[in-house]
Amino acid sequence: MTSYLIREATIGAGDRADIHVSGGVIAEVGVGLSANGATVIDADGLVALPGLVDLHTHLRQPGYEASETVLSGSQAAAAGGFTAVHAMANTFPVADSAGVVDEIYHLGRSAGYVEVRPVGAVTAGLEGTRLAELGAMARSEAAVRVFSDDGKCVSDPLIMRRALEYVRGFDGVIAQHAQDPRLTEGAQANEGAVASELGLTGWPSVAEEAIIARDILLAEHVGSRLHICHLSTAGSVELVRWAKKRGIRVTAEATPHHLLLTDENLRSYDARFKVNPPLRTSEDVQAVREGVADGTIDIIATDHAPHPIESKDCEWAAAAFGMVGLESALSVVQESLVNTGMIDWDDVARILSVTPASIGRVAGQGHSLATGAPGNITLIDPAAASVFTTDRLAGKSGNSPYIGLTLPGRVEWTFFRGRATVSSGTLVPVDEVAA
Amino acid sequence: MDAVLMQAADIDRALTRIAFEIIEGNKGPEGLVLLGIPTRGTPLAARIAAKISAASGGVPVFAGSLDITMYRDDIARNPLRVTRPTDVPSTGIDGTTVVLVDDVLFSGRSIRAALDALSDVGRPTAVRLAVLVDRGHREFPIRADYVGKNIPSARQERVSVDLAEVDGTDRVVIG
Amino acid sequence: MKHLLSTADLTKAQAIELLDIAEDMAEVRTREVKKLPTLRGRTVVNLFFEDSTRTRTSFEAAAKRLSADVINFSAKGSSVSKGESLKDTAQTLEAIGADLVVVRHSASGAPQVLAQSGWIHSGVVNAGDGTHEHPTQALLDAFTIRRRIHGSSSRGADLQGLTVLIVGDIVHSRVARSNLWLLTTLGAHVTFAAPATLVPLAIDRWPVDVVHDFDEALAVKPDVVMMLRIQTERMRNAFFPTEREYARLWGLDQDRYRGLKPEALIMHPGPMNRGLEISSEAADSAQATVLEQVANGVSVRMAVLYALSALPDADILGRPE
Ligand SMILES: [Zn+2]
Repeated sequence: MTSYLIREATIGAGDRADIHVSGGVIAEVGVGLSANGATVIDADGLVALPGLVDLHTHLRQPGYEASETVLSGSQAAAAGGFTAVHAMANTFPVADSAGVVDEIYHLGRSAGYVEVRPVGAVTAGLEGTRLAELGAMARSEAAVRVFSDDGKCVSDPLIMRRALEYVRGFDGVIAQHAQDPRLTEGAQANEGAVASELGLTGWPSVAEEAIIARDILLAEHVGSRLHICHLSTAGSVELVRWAKKRGIRVTAEATPHHLLLTDENLRSYDARFKVNPPLRTSEDVQAVREGVADGTIDIIATDHAPHPIESKDCEWAAAAFGMVGLESALSVVQESLVNTGMIDWDDVARILSVTPASIGRVAGQGHSLATGAPGNITLIDPAAASVFTTDRLAGKSGNSPYIGLTLPGRVEWTFFRGRATVSSGTLVPVDEVAA
Repeated sequence: MDAVLMQAADIDRALTRIAFEIIEGNKGPEGLVLLGIPTRGTPLAARIAAKISAASGGVPVFAGSLDITMYRDDIARNPLRVTRPTDVPSTGIDGTTVVLVDDVLFSGRSIRAALDALSDVGRPTAVRLAVLVDRGHREFPIRADYVGKNIPSARQERVSVDLAEVDGTDRVVIG
Repeated sequence: MKHLLSTADLTKAQAIELLDIAEDMAEVRTREVKKLPTLRGRTVVNLFFEDSTRTRTSFEAAAKRLSADVINFSAKGSSVSKGESLKDTAQTLEAIGADLVVVRHSASGAPQVLAQSGWIHSGVVNAGDGTHEHPTQALLDAFTIRRRIHGSSSRGADLQGLTVLIVGDIVHSRVARSNLWLLTTLGAHVTFAAPATLVPLAIDRWPVDVVHDFDEALAVKPDVVMMLRIQTERMRNAFFPTEREYARLWGLDQDRYRGLKPEALIMHPGPMNRGLEISSEAADSAQATVLEQVANGVSVRMAVLYALSALPDADILGRPE
């Protein structure tokens, strides 16, 4: 296996150092290290982060391979600087059994770009009526720790309560997609001025907030871990802030798109902006940014949701919800949080690697860059700014809302267990990664 | 440089002459309907009708307008032209002698359109054409029966008629 | 103007121009020869993803009076119902050689998507999209109001100072939205009267007053009362309790009708639910404009089809030749 000497990288928000990667781990971090036959990477001007970990990725396999596969999604992840992703359970068949999660786990291993951690469904078939075999999935080879019906909300309060209690036995967490189904029947856009003008059925903030409030209280009652997926409103931030103050075991994520885009983008009726939960107002965006900055929101997760062209090249009501986000996540975080001075690169390491790995209980990920840590490293050039084009997309689908926008930052190198998956800004071919 | 070719008095004299020629050609004012082509044909028709009436001992002569906007053959090549009212006698124009009145006769396309428009309104016994200025360059086999002034012009030159009713002053300018 | 997608896009000058052209189109209807040669050789496609015989017939009549060739294309089922997609249909029309596409769709924004898509190059007329807009309905309403108020001196006139009350299911009404933008542009003052469940949220920046009591709204004696059709299936999602309560609180019943000032106009985009949002006495009165609205619809649509056939980038003509 090749060894690397990363020279003069800036470690997060801290000092410059050389990083020697060898044997799949970080062999040494220090100043003026000698190459000793290692491939030397000039990292002057680059920021080194622990390999990024996404807690919310739709890889679409099995069942929807036209949109994405475990392999293509892994490539998109590596291109975006990720070394681990959590594959959501809304596949076909649904990842609600040990057999399906193990299949996904193995597909991830053979792809070799990132660590693929399957998320198990909370309820059988995502139907919301009876628990899936949570224990069997936890004890499978995939060792599932995150459970979610994402795409759907676990809306039955009794099922939610039981799920929270049940996974406590193996330190699992329920990741809730907070959306009251009755309050969002036929909903198409954030309920507010823009939706009213455009004649799109409103998706009220309260449909998200009511579920979050309920689940926070349930989590407190049973003492379990609760994770809130893609929180999108100012009110949701307030609720989580309150829960944390009370000492409730709740964590929360926000997506890159809810940090940058607003419902004003909908005026074109361009279905690339159709997403669940919907793009909210600029006040919500500001509240979500502040929530990340003050630690109320623990992590950024992409909710990478690939769709084929025909699902977006149509009228708004017929279009599918979701946008791809792995390849653009770091740039959007830099644009909305780092370049605005709200957080620094150490915070980026925390919200995009350390904490998501900790919530997902992923042992080999999210380590700070120190001697002996696993060789999962992302090197980015924060000074690079470019128009985001489909060339940046490494997955199967092109439904990115950022096409045509100028965004800062570029992933130059990604190392997964000591191997380069992105080399000098280029994705390493599959045969070299798997070799 | 713009040059004024007709002043108010010249225009008035030309219209008076046209009025007398129309009376002569029609052997009196009976059965005459003067229809101006908007915008500036409409006030010209009214002025000529008044002169015919005055010269014929006060016999009323109908002056109205005939909009040709919807009959043009160049709609897609031009900015939107707003239509103007068509104003014809309530008894119709069947059996009358219609004198079409326009300010400038150029390619003849407007008159071609006017003849189409007229045939949708009714069936006159005869149709005549009166223009204040004939500047040549015809693209259709059309000629005026009554002409105020022939103004030889280059094709790219602009001949424009200002009328008090529309523009606040009477004059003909070339430039 | 290449497309007509929303009345919010119209300036006051453009709106008055369209209404003025419609005046002349209305005049043509009184002639023996009702047809104009204007759009000879052009093809207008009525692309209806949603059934509406009324609107389709009106556009068809308008196009035919302008001598256009008309193709009626009812696309049963959009991609929503897994039928033919908007894109495939549009590309078919492009291949046929449509010059103007008149589109009705149950999805808000579908005409705009069509106009922006690059799938077709023709102009697009929004003939009603979901709960968004219905611009030609608003134009015909404005035209009807202007004719009733200004009579033969309508040309060039606006609706300055007029008070218009729009009553009923505002939230689901494309007619209400298009009328609000247009009537406001023309100088009228619009008030919505509806139960709070039927008013869209967060419309405080809209140029409209909202009243939740019909009688209070009528007390100021509006010049125009526009009743919207209420769909009884709205009861299922608890927008209002019962038909009886709706009729009592929000119907233009006999008493409310008799309380109007005598010259007040009563409008309805049709089809009416008699006895529910409007009483027969009101609907059949001389103040009602329902049938005029239908007739004026053809004139207004002729004006729109004609206007969209001119060079798209220019708004107003300077001096004619
Ligand atoms: Zn979700």
